[in-house]
Amino acid sequence: MLTILFDGVAYGMLLFILAVGLAVTMGLMNFINLAHGAFAMVGGYITVLLMQQFDVPFLLCLPVAFFGSALLGAVLERTLYRPLYNKPHLDQVLFSIGLTFMAVASVDYFIGSGQQIIQLPEWLKGRTELGEGRWMLGMGHYRLFIIAVCAALTVALQYVLTKTRFGSRLRASVDDQRVAAGLGINVNWVFLGTFAVGSGLAGLGGALGAEVLGLDPSFPLKFMIYFLIVVAVGGTSSITGPLLAALLLGIADVAGKYYIPTFGAFIVYSLMIVILIWRPQGLFVRKGAK
Amino acid sequence: MVNPQNLLMSSGRWRSWEYALWLLALASPFALASHALIINEIAIVALFALSLDLILGYTGIVSLGHAAFFGMGAYSAALFAKLVMPDPLVGLVVGMVAAGLLGALCSVTILRGTDLTRLMVTLGVGLILMELANKMSWLTGGADGLQGVIMGPLLGQFEFDLYGRTSAAYSITVLLLVFVLARRFVNSPFGATLKAIRDNRLRAMAIGIPVASRLVVVYTVAATVAGAAGALLAQTSSFASLDVFEFHRSADVMLLLVIGGVGWLYGGVAGAIVFKLMQDVISSITPQYWTFWIGLFLVVLVLVGRDRLIRPWTWFRPSAGGRQP
Repeated sequence: MLTILFDGVAYGMLLFILAVGLAVTMGLMNFINLAHGAFAMVGGYITVLLMQQFDVPFLLCLPVAFFGSALLGAVLERTLYRPLYNKPHLDQVLFSIGLTFMAVASVDYFIGSGQQIIQLPEWLKGRTELGEGRWMLGMGHYRLFIIAVCAALTVALQYVLTKTRFGSRLRASVDDQRVAAGLGINVNWVFLGTFAVGSGLAGLGGALGAEVLGLDPSFPLKFMIYFLIVVAVGGTSSITGPLLAALLLGIADVAGKYYIPTFGAFIVYSLMIVILIWRPQGLFVRKGAK
Repeated sequence: MVNPQNLLMSSGRWRSWEYALWLLALASPFALASHALIINEIAIVALFALSLDLILGYTGIVSLGHAAFFGMGAYSAALFAKLVMPDPLVGLVVGMVAAGLLGALCSVTILRGTDLTRLMVTLGVGLILMELANKMSWLTGGADGLQGVIMGPLLGQFEFDLYGRTSAAYSITVLLLVFVLARRFVNSPFGATLKAIRDNRLRAMAIGIPVASRLVVVYTVAATVAGAAGALLAQTSSFASLDVFEFHRSADVMLLLVIGGVGWLYGGVAGAIVFKLMQDVISSITPQYWTFWIGLFLVVLVLVGRDRLIRPWTWFRPSAGGRQP
């Protein structure tokens, strides 16, 4: 049982890293970016290709995946996303679905539609077991690694957002773009940087998650719903909201698939609908926030 | 002096070119007999888009789960034909009623929250139904689809044939009937209140429009129409599979409605024709990668501006600017 909890936490952490960038773009720029999964896919494919073609070690691939997708995000933000910030949501939805379709078809064309497999280094393959019987805790080393990386990232993100100059500029831009610009904050650059970091985080999540979630061209469509659930349930005003939502979702999904496999993903979707009817702005939104 | 009542009535009046258009449409399955199958498909998709237009174009609800009602109509019509009786018209009504009930049930999910919340819950409802249809394989055939659906002749006289002429005529007739009713619906005072809700919900509430009950009604009506489209698909193809619930279906229908133009009942019909023909042509050139071109088309469409696509002479003018509501 503890093993399930552990796997659920690892899965949730992974979802959090994948989704936190989206939480930022949605919360900050009020942009419904359904193409977020495409950035995650890019990160995953960068890792796979580097490892397969050039024998780059796994640990080195992760930062490359991050910066690769961040760069792509920055370029796209500059060229395509910016004109759409003030358009209605319907336009944004259509645009990002279009982008996702293009990404899916291009990856299919250039790399092939098969499932890609990542060869983990030896030291991540093992499994440690603690305790006995029902309370046995089996920890896959790779999941342990994921939890460690994600926890470090969460702390770092929280620190950047609440303690640094960039964080306060960002929060100022979120709350009121015009006043922030009037105070001499270059809102465009803040948004560009944030979008790039968000895409980079998605790429990192894709790279980390390729082994757990599987990687093939339909990745963005398959997991889009999960990112969106995390963001919608968690709310977009803080980092802790999506984190808790991701953990809840991860544990519910893993436990549901283990205990009542006949229902499958049914549980997660129903849980989401109930939560959203009950609290349409997300579970962890301060009262009075927008 | 413009009398508001006259304004409403004149926008609902039929013009002569419209009669000609529908006569052409009704004649098309017989004139272009070799293309009857695709005509049938276009009519079904157009009906589906019409139903989405009721909630998206006229009421401003963004939905990514409209396939839920389409699929509900398809499965209930197919199951009814298989288990109870093969008459197509009764089956159609059963499909519509089932989808309408589901729509009434789901309408509570769209009453609260923002666009994002609505996107999520509509998407979620579609996915739940897909999971259900997948898991209840004793009833629905699961991933293999529901097979062995045999339809009786239409009105007891016209057999459904392999060339799809009967199917196409049947689908177009249903499309026409629903179109007439939908037009009546959106041009009524009731329809005017829907547009008021779309344009400014707060203001609509302030002038005394019961927003919640209006949304429930229009959502149910739209679901019923979507159910009719689904039922037609199941009946004319004698088959229902999980594909009817796919996310692709919801996305495609939204896409083609936007291509044709929202908030204009002909938008769905025009979009369906353009989309289906485009799909036919592109997928005959690159069968596997046609989604790429659809994606590119969407991106360009949004960047150029949706409302400008049908007005090519404005493409190179700077945009009007300013924040749209």
